[in-house]
Amino acid sequence: MDFSRRDTLGLALGAAALTVLPFRVSASSDAAIEEFTGGAAVGEGGITLTAPEIAENGNTVPIEVSAPGAVSIMVLAAGNPTPGVATFNFGPLAASQAAATRIRLAGTQDVMALAKMADGSFVKASSTVKVTIGGCGG
Amino acid sequence: MASGVKPRVKVPKKAAAGEAITIKTLISHKMESGQRKDKEGNLIPRSIINRFTCEFNGQSVVDVKMESAISTNPYFQFEATVPEAGDFVFTWYDDDGSVYDTKKSVAIG
Repeated sequence: MDFSRRDTLGLALGAAALTVLPFRVSASSDAAIEEFTGGAAVGEGGITLTAPEIAENGNTVPIEVSAPGAVSIMVLAAGNPTPGVATFNFGPLAASQAAATRIRLAGTQDVMALAKMADGSFVKASSTVKVTIGGCGG
Repeated sequence: MASGVKPRVKVPKKAAAGEAITIKTLISHKMESGQRKDKEGNLIPRSIINRFTCEFNGQSVVDVKMESAISTNPYFQFEATVPEAGDFVFTWYDDDGSVYDTKKSVAIG
């Protein structure tokens, strides 16, 4: 099989686009994490993110986050056009640092939850959700 | 102002002092994400509720910053402690500056 000059260029461009695109997506969610944590190290454990394994409709995906002792919890969907989902700030009368809501997911991706604990440390949890129909129009 | 916005909140009418109660809230809102296009291919501008707060007698229970990835008709479920009889105030802040609020009283008993 012979590659013409045009084919080779096309292949090279396609490969370049493939390597750049995922990087761009993760870069924007990294920026959101950076803004939330202020660059502090993020640990594991102490936070639970409950999300379905498969979501038929990306327009309403029920999720639940729980992090006992957290001051605030941020939820991110790295594969969405805008990674931010919601930030829960718990007040003195919150009986538990947990909340449930419904979110939009553009496609199959990892949903991430980051919690800021009362002592200033950060923990995260993530969960992969398979999305059959995306929820961001188009 | 977005049309047909109606907040609905489920709070128990009575609680024991210091009891943790579950609160469910729903508000009808289209939550236009700013990603969709109309028939002519123009982007439909973003129009969402960007903040939700719940307070009990002036003390914060939860304060949520919302982005466009929250679904149509935003739903939240969380738990609150009721130290004494009083009122829960729920407030939603729209992108266009509108503020929707509703109040629920809880008795001790």
